[in-house]
Amino acid sequence: MLASETMDAVQALADLTEISSQIEAAVLFDEGGAVLGSTLGDDEAAQALARAGAALLERAGEFRSDGDGVTQLEASTPEGSVFVVRGDTRRIAATTGPAPTVGLVFYDLKSCLRVAADDPPAPKRPRRKKSADEA
Amino acid sequence: MKRKLLGLFGFGTGIFAGSVVYRRSFARRRDRVDVYFGDGSMVSFAEGSTEADKLIPVAREALAAAHRSQRRT
Repeated sequence: MLASETMDAVQALADLTEISSQIEAAVLFDEGGAVLGSTLGDDEAAQALARAGAALLERAGEFRSDGDGVTQLEASTPEGSVFVVRGDTRRIAATTGPAPTVGLVFYDLKSCLRVAADDPPAPKRPRRKKSADEA
Repeated sequence: MKRKLLGLFGFGTGIFAGSVVYRRSFARRRDRVDVYFGDGSMVSFAEGSTEADKLIPVAREALAAAHRSQRRT
């Protein structure tokens, strides 16, 4: 793993916790389950959250054999919710308290994945200047 | 008479409002899993379904790990 990748992840998670007060903990991990960055203090908990996030995506994917795979999920319990979002090569798992604003949390997690350079936004096409003939 | 009716109406309204607040505060939240697929569809699995029973224990593990870590810091 490149050092710049880790830095991207750390920065993305720092931005995430700054903008979202609902997210209590979050971890960025890759397809293999390796932790790229976490808001949690200890590595063991970060790995446990990443493992659980990967397992949730995998198990949910088994519910439907045809069509597209799982892109995101929310598991809600009285103690809190777990969110997992799948990017192209990275995933993010996060926990919140009970009854979070689901749409907002998903939006923030997807933004975090984008900042972590997983899904860079499509570059803006430069505007073509009208030629003298068109004008 | 009018005052009595007004008092009765106020009492009834208070009881109703109180019961709504009580139910909202103490009603047990049920476990639920919402899964979103690449084709834009979403399926919600309620507590007690086979699918939710497969996912909820994993979610509880994730919450427990996060809470344990937060308590330590």
